[in-house]
Amino acid sequence: MTVALVGTGVAEAVSKSIPGSILASDEKTVVVSADKLYPAAEFLKTSEFAFDYLANLTSADYLDYFEVVYHLVSLKKNHSLVLKTRIYGREAPAVASVVPLWRGAELQEREVFDLMGISFEGHPNLKRILLWDGFPGHPLRRDYL
Amino acid sequence: MEVAGIPEVYSSRELNLAEGAEIERLRCTATQPVPEPSEWLDEGDIEKNILLTTVERMIHWGRHYSTWPVNFGLACCAFEMISLAVSRFDISRFGMELLRASPRQADLMIVAGTVTWKMAPAVRRLYDQMPEPKWVLAMGVCAISGGTFRESYSVVPGVNCIIPVDVYVPGCPPRPEALMYGLMQIHDKITSADTTKDLKLPRLGGARQR
Repeated sequence: MTVALVGTGVAEAVSKSIPGSILASDEKTVVVSADKLYPAAEFLKTSEFAFDYLANLTSADYLDYFEVVYHLVSLKKNHSLVLKTRIYGREAPAVASVVPLWRGAELQEREVFDLMGISFEGHPNLKRILLWDGFPGHPLRRDYL
Repeated sequence: MEVAGIPEVYSSRELNLAEGAEIERLRCTATQPVPEPSEWLDEGDIEKNILLTTVERMIHWGRHYSTWPVNFGLACCAFEMISLAVSRFDISRFGMELLRASPRQADLMIVAGTVTWKMAPAVRRLYDQMPEPKWVLAMGVCAISGGTFRESYSVVPGVNCIIPVDVYVPGCPPRPEALMYGLMQIHDKITSADTTKDLKLPRLGGARQR
């Protein structure tokens, strides 16, 4: 098993490198703002944290905002972190893609785009993966009926 | 005594003598009772060696002992179908051991599991590729009616919405014994099929025998 890093400590290092990027942090998670997600993720990958592996990427709908969750793992240092970002607004939610950093995000970002309707800017092939073209709506949203 | 214009109807003396000789020969030879016809007519061998049936019945008999399913599992029901195919339940006892990988060599489609709308065109295409005659068995509540996913946005509410179904086997998943019973129903349906039922043919004899 990996050692889960304390979120507040990581958040301190991230905010020192990228000022204004941290929305919240607690002992389990780090929440960054959506517009600073890509620099924060790049910092976590290239700095001494060395998060070289994206174990999981998913999303949640809290009606006020969408949350995209990144489970990061460092195979080199054997530790892990839960990174989140919040996207406000239900019309056209968008966040930067992390495919240039972790290639494994490609299919999972397509799944989030398909079922939750969050578009990832910079994704190389952003189209539906589970449902077919022309399907009305995004079925994992809380207001989908 | 011959009269002109009138044919001879009374026997002559020669004919009477010939008839008497025949009677005497019969009296001399017919001293034992004649045996039963079955002992001297070879009829037993005929009955043993000739089978009377109809071509239709023979074809149905052959078909229902070589119903090959297409090897096609959609969800968890497929594991019960696999256990039916291997040694514990062993459908090769019914001539069905060959789960064909190609639909073109299969007669029976066992729809084992949940059919999603994304999968529906593939199911329909597999069905269309199977040669006639073909049968479909819907296995499990998901294939029958959508089951617990019936209200879902992504699940077909019953595979009979896209292909015709012959036999439904309920269960979640059905036991292999239940599936076996469903296969027996398919066999009954094959052997009792009457291809000339709708033709207005004159029938010989009474009620048609199955």
